[in-house]
Amino acid sequence: MAYTDKTRGMYSEILSGLKDAGLFKVERYIHSAQAADIEVEFPEGSSVRKVINICANNYLGLSSHPEVVKAAHEGLDSRGYGMSSVRFICGTQDIHKQLESMVTKFLGTEDTILFPSCMDANGGVFEAVLTKDDVMISDRLVHASIIDGIRLCSAMHDTFKHSDMEHLEEKLQLHNDKRLKIVITDGVFSMDGDMAKLDEMVALCEKYDALLFVDDSHATGFIGKTGRGTHEKCGVMGKIDIITTTFGKGLGGASGGCVSGRKELVEMCRQKARPYLFSNTIAPPVVAGVIKVLELLSATTERRDKLERNTEFWRNGLKDAGFIIKEGDTPIVPVMLFNAKLSQDVSRDLYEEGIYAIGFFFPVVPQGQARIRTQISAGHETHHLEKALDAFRKVGKKYEILGKNKQEIIERYGL
Amino acid sequence: MEEMNEVIRKYVVREYVEDDTEVGYDTPLISGGIVDSFSMVSLKRFLENKYDISIPDDKATPEAFDSVNKICSLVNEYLK
Repeated sequence: MAYTDKTRGMYSEILSGLKDAGLFKVERYIHSAQAADIEVEFPEGSSVRKVINICANNYLGLSSHPEVVKAAHEGLDSRGYGMSSVRFICGTQDIHKQLESMVTKFLGTEDTILFPSCMDANGGVFEAVLTKDDVMISDRLVHASIIDGIRLCSAMHDTFKHSDMEHLEEKLQLHNDKRLKIVITDGVFSMDGDMAKLDEMVALCEKYDALLFVDDSHATGFIGKTGRGTHEKCGVMGKIDIITTTFGKGLGGASGGCVSGRKELVEMCRQKARPYLFSNTIAPPVVAGVIKVLELLSATTERRDKLERNTEFWRNGLKDAGFIIKEGDTPIVPVMLFNAKLSQDVSRDLYEEGIYAIGFFFPVVPQGQARIRTQISAGHETHHLEKALDAFRKVGKKYEILGKNKQEIIERYGL
Repeated sequence: MEEMNEVIRKYVVREYVEDDTEVGYDTPLISGGIVDSFSMVSLKRFLENKYDISIPDDKATPEAFDSVNKICSLVNEYLK
């Protein structure tokens, strides 16, 4: 079919509708390497500004770490730029196998398979290991990539209320007749920054003979005493059947992901997972970079310890200033504003003060739960966080929300 | 004994409603965004266990599950 004026008009109308509804996404162009201090062009065509970034997934500050950059350069020189093949034809190098072994050791699992992204890992894993005789029982707030993976799988699907263990147990009882039951959760939930109750989930899975799947993308490298992830924090290392995670956040932030867990399940992915079978894997320089990241994190917990201190400083600072934040102890710290327009206004004013933080509102978060999601990094120094807190205080004062409770903010700004 | 529509209404509220949304017998459940199509499976299994029936997958459509009264009609078809 030709791309007619009518077709063009149809799409233009849809896009206009997104703009009218305030749902149209625009990019902000960064003219520097990813770090705590970045140079941003926004809106498009405006002069570049130096701002402090508090909305990256760069939890460990490794995105532009000199040793990681050097390792990636060396990987590029020694193993080339691309593979021009999927893994099972001629797209597997020694360093891919090396990285898989290192991830297995780091996470304390039995085996690991790399994917081009964690989105691909989540998209491919369920269909590879389950059949129509099985059931997937997922937390209602799991990441969109898991929902897509579930949609691609022929197994039955049910949900349980977010982190509600009683409800999960009811569902495990309801589906006790299925061949396999698999409970699916994020380790750390990306919008609220809260953590799954993995210890209780492991106990329930043992009681009802179910498998447990955890996407630990917002945890690997820094949650737990040695940064192994949510399973370390909850004391259940070795008891999670499938962990998926990303190299696109704390672990250098470039790209790539993996499925790590029971060796037979990993092998099923190697035989059947479509994003693995029909797409090139992670490019050699990125593999070399992630290997260096894991070496750094295995040698010392310095960076995750610093992140923990920064997070505590930031959470306390926001609370002392009179903001409402989502409680927890992860570096994802949502500042609750409830009203969508207020979240956009505060984000814009923070940017004017040299702080880059994004407002989220419906449908990304539930209606009436608009917020600024802040994300702390080991790359932040105290002066970054102090400057950001000063800006938050100034903007909070302008909108008269400091020390106000949820009801008072809603009364003033609406939902 | 409690009427079927009230049993189902209570189940829907307990299972799917997490705020103060009111659910009546004709409230649109799926088109109204109260029950997502993913979660229909637990509703179907609940009905099958509770009323000892088997609802064929092709009959468990979003339209047939869109209100408590419609669900009652569907269940009654298989009770006979």
